[in-house]
Formats: sequence, structure tokens, C-alpha cells
Amino acid sequence: MTLGNSLSVVNATKYYKKFKAVDDVNLTVNQGEFLTILGPSGSGKTSLLKLIAGFEQLSNGSIMLNHQDISNKKPYERQIGMLFQNYALFPHMTVFDNIAYPLSLRKMTKEEVKQKVESILKLIHLEEYAQRYPEQLSGGQQQRVALARAIVFNPPLLLLDEPLGALDKQLRKQMQLEIKQIQEHVGITTVSVTHDQEEALTMSDKICVMNKGRIEQVDSPEMLYKQPKNRFVAEFIGEINLIKGQVVSVTDGNAMVKVNEGMRVNIEINKDVAEEMKNKSMLIGLRPENIQIARDQTQFHNTIRVKVLETIYVGEAINIKTKMDTGEEIMAKIPAHMSELIVKGEEILLGWNSKDACLIPDETPI
Amino acid sequence: MIEVKKEPRILAQRVSFSHRLARISGLQWLLLIIPLGYIMILMVFSMMDFFKLSLFNEDGFTLEYFSHIFSTDIYLKVLWVTLKIALLVTFFSLIVAYPLAYMLVRTTSKLWKKIILASVLIPFWISLLVRTFAWSILLRKNGVINMILMEMGIIDQPLELIYNTTGVVIAMTHILLPYMVLSLYSVMEGIDQRLLLAAQSMGARPWKAFTQVFLPLSIPGVLSGSLLVFVMGIGYFITPALLGGSKTTMISMLIESNINTTLNWHLASALALVLFMATLILLFIAVLLTGKNPVLKELE
Repeated sequence: MTLGNSLSVVNATKYYKKFKAVDDVNLTVNQGEFLTILGPSGSGKTSLLKLIAGFEQLSNGSIMLNHQDISNKKPYERQIGMLFQNYALFPHMTVFDNIAYPLSLRKMTKEEVKQKVESILKLIHLEEYAQRYPEQLSGGQQQRVALARAIVFNPPLLLLDEPLGALDKQLRKQMQLEIKQIQEHVGITTVSVTHDQEEALTMSDKICVMNKGRIEQVDSPEMLYKQPKNRFVAEFIGEINLIKGQVVSVTDGNAMVKVNEGMRVNIEINKDVAEEMKNKSMLIGLRPENIQIARDQTQFHNTIRVKVLETIYVGEAINIKTKMDTGEEIMAKIPAHMSELIVKGEEILLGWNSKDACLIPDETPI
Repeated sequence: MIEVKKEPRILAQRVSFSHRLARISGLQWLLLIIPLGYIMILMVFSMMDFFKLSLFNEDGFTLEYFSHIFSTDIYLKVLWVTLKIALLVTFFSLIVAYPLAYMLVRTTSKLWKKIILASVLIPFWISLLVRTFAWSILLRKNGVINMILMEMGIIDQPLELIYNTTGVVIAMTHILLPYMVLSLYSVMEGIDQRLLLAAQSMGARPWKAFTQVFLPLSIPGVLSGSLLVFVMGIGYFITPALLGGSKTTMISMLIESNINTTLNWHLASALALVLFMATLILLFIAVLLTGKNPVLKELE
């Protein structure tokens, strides 16, 4: 345990009868960090959050908060703030009373409570709404009240359970920024759970991708997007083309990958993993937006001749579906103004630089 | 959001009554008139006619029947006993029903849910008369309950459980219990269980979370269930008639004897009107109580 660790989940396992919902999870969240647990439904992300909150008991392992083992503590002893998906505001209490509730449980004087509630109402810009009831607020306002109530008692940890699931798209974007802003302002360590990758990418310092109860990868949003560790992560976050290949040589941070007899691709790799990649069968991961139309074969490190199967206009860009000689399909995202270069049924030259692709272990040999 | 909701409501009020009536089409009129007419025949003709007897006799308008009721000890005593029994039955059915309804919404076990629902609903389907007689078998001097208590050595003499207020309250509580359980259940089911988790995450022990969050939110169910049981209890006839004996007379028994035995329909009518007014006043109080609670307003 290093100093300053706020939350550590150690070998956490949770069985529901015989079903392993959380499978030997290890996770560390540093002081002040915003970590999002991202995964499809049934990946165990909500179970993990419930374990941290104390609503469920671990079958195995432990959970440490500020170097203290809280695994056996009841939820009301854990001092963890939680923002629920449907806000869970008390409908029979005013905004003021809702926010004052956790404080009133902590035996504070009325003046202290009043002062704290008022200062946090200011932070969420809802000073005039103190005497309203939750049902009289809009979704976004309810969300802010719920957030205020979750952090007003200065918990060391804030949990967010699908915090923006109930809001419409426009409001969701606005609230993403607002929650992030408040979180940074207060400096509270935060663990959020979501299945919305865009939300995870915009809000988090770190993202933990879960699948089938296990952690697939924990990384910064950028690294997760650029350098997915496996096929699941690559396909779960954003769009990606995966092309089978064999690493034939590794030199100086560059891997030469053979796709077929006539085609070799150059990809920039991390030097640490260079040795173990040699002669391995790998997947080339290529994001559609990193592919461009090439004038000739020298413009990019890698070029490929493909046939255009379909073009889909999406506003700022055109998604084109193409086919390589080998029959594998490649999706590319081209700026809309280049649309005249693409004709359905014609061949075009696509290209990308060696730093714009990544190599992913091929776990499913066919 | 709420502002948007309110707008059409105000508009609707401005439209005149006749205008709104005109909006109802021919078929809708038919659908309305038949059931409404059926209800109103009893309300308007029969009941009005009957209540008229309390204020008019051969000599014209009179208040003598009411003054007779309120100046005669026996009538006041019966009114008091009726009120007391209805209140006791309401109280005890609430005490029994609340934990049952609470478990019904809180338990995750489907089996327990079924057991609770069955134990509440099956008696509901059995004839009232059968249940009342069943209680008389259980409660009488050499009945099952007294036998068991004496066998266990808890009592030497059989308890007086029947032909008094105790017996009536025990049996009526059991008979009216389903109404209370179902009223509570329908409200409790609407309470978001996550509110309790939220309270706990903020540091509330389960008991505090219950008293500060669940209990206040369940009050509409407590009120509506209590009202239902009280109103049904105050006019109850069969069970007190069979289990009450001569000492425990409720107002409905008095009305019945005035109609069938003493043939004093004027007095029976006055008694019925007193019962009716008492019920109305209670309903009015309940509406006043609910009007002040924001949660209840939402439910209306």
C-alpha cells in the first residue's frame, strides 16, 4: 500500500450463489482521482460499486479506504458519499432538508448545518431553491441537489452509480462538465460506474474496463483509446478495425507485421513489449478516423488499396466501408469535404502512419 | 417542468361546466348514465327518503329524535362504544398490518411474499359469517384459546374473550385486516427502496432510515387504510351482533333493532344520520390532514 492511496480494492470476489459477479478484482484509486468503471451490463461493475458502498458483502478479498479495512463495515459506518442513478432524493423533504440530512445525522449545531448547506447550495447555484421540494425541480437540478447531498458531509470517497442515465443527451453533456468541475473543486476521490463510453472518456482521469466480472484494463482515457490491451477493450471503446497479422521483425520501437504475402505494415510499439511480440500472431488495431485517403504510396508509412463498398454520410464526416484484396472489411472515417474522391465501387488508396495503429494480442486463433 | 404541467390545469378550470358537459358524446353519456343512475337511485330516492324520517314526522319538521339521542344515556353510551371499538380495531389492525405490509415490500424472497399475501387474502375470500362463527368457537369459555392457555398453566380461570368488547375487537380486527394490509402495501410499494440505501450511505442506521424516510413516506397508506377500516368498523353489524352479546352494542345494532323490533323508523333514521355525519366529518379531517403533506398531494 503506497502512501496517499485513497481506495484500494484487493482480490475482491463476489459470488451470487454460484455465479461469480466480481472475480478477483484489484483496483487502486488515488487521492482526488476520478475513476470510471466502464463495462457492458452484467460485467460486474454495479456489483463492484455495491461492494465498495457496503450494500453487498465481499465473498473474498478486502476493501481499504485510507489504509483502513472497511470490508466488514456497514454502509452507514463507511462514510462514503453516493449519488444514485435516480438521485434518490427524499420526496418528503425540501432541498434544504435533503442536503442537511447527512449533517443532521452527525450531531452538528443548527448554525453549522445551515452554514454548510447554504455554502454548498451556492456551489451548485441553487440558493433560491432551498425551500422547494424535489418534484418541483428539473432533472438537472435534482441531480445537482443529489450531488450536494452526497458530498456535503466531506466523505473521503464519492460513488456515482450511472449518474447521468436519466438525463437527455444535451443535459447529460452539460452535467458531465458540471459534475467534473465540482469534483475537481472539492478534490474528492470519485468512483463512477457507467456503460456510456463517451461519459467515461470525458469525465475520468482513469478508466477501468470490466467484462465478465474481471478487469480488462485500467488506464487513462487516452491510453485506453490508443493502446487497448486486448480485443474486448479495443472493440468496446470506439470503433476499430482489427486486421490479423504476424509480427515478422521488431526494430527500434517499430514492428513489421505481415498481413499477407504482398502486404506488410509498420506499427510503432512500446520498446518494453518488443521482445515478447516477436513472431507472434497479433491483431492490428486501426481506428477509422486515423485512416486517410492517400495521394500515393509514399505519403504515409502504410498504404493499402481497397474497394469502396458503401459510403455513409454522418454530418461532419463520411464513414466508408471498404474491402481489401483478402476480403477483410475496413471502415474509414473521412472528412466530409473529401467526399468527391470516393466513388462507390471504385478502388482507392488508404493510408496511415505507424503511430496511428496499435497491436493487440490475438486471443482467438482461427 | 412543473410550470409546464400547471398550465393546462388552469385552462381546464376556466372552461365552464356546461361547456365541459357538452364535450361528452352520445355513447359516453350512455356509459355514464347507466352506472350513475344505478348508484343514484339508492342515494337520492331511498336514502334521502330514509333520512327525511329523522327530521320530519306526522307533525312536520322536528328535532325531537336527535335531542332524544343526545339526551339519553344509553344512546350516548352506544355511540361511545361504537367509536371506541372502531378506533381500537383501526389501531390493532394497523399494528398487525404495518409489519406485514413492510415485509411484503422489503422481502426479496418470493416464497415469503406468497405466504404473506395468501395469509392475508385467503380469509378475505371466506364468508364473513363463517369467519365470525369460527372466532366464536376459538374464543368461547371452553374454546381452543382458553384450553391452550389453561393447559399451559398461564391462567387458572378461562378468560372472558367473547360476548364483550374484547371479542368484538379481536374478530373485527382480523376481518378488516386485509383492507389495512392492502392499503399500506399499495403505498409502500410505491416507495423507492433505494431511498433507504441512500439514507444509509449518508450515515443513517437502519432504524433511523426507517423512521425518517420510510415511515413518513408510508403515512398516506396509514391514513387511507385507517380511514377505510375505521369507516367500515364504525358501521359494522354482523360481527358485533354475533360476538358482542348484550353488553357490547354498536350503533348499527341499535338501528337494526329500531327498525325490526321497536319499529321506530324515525329514531333509526336519526341514528343512521348521526353515523353518516360522523363518517363525513372524519373524511373531512382526513382530507385536511392530507392536504398539508407534499407527498400526499402528489398522490391525489
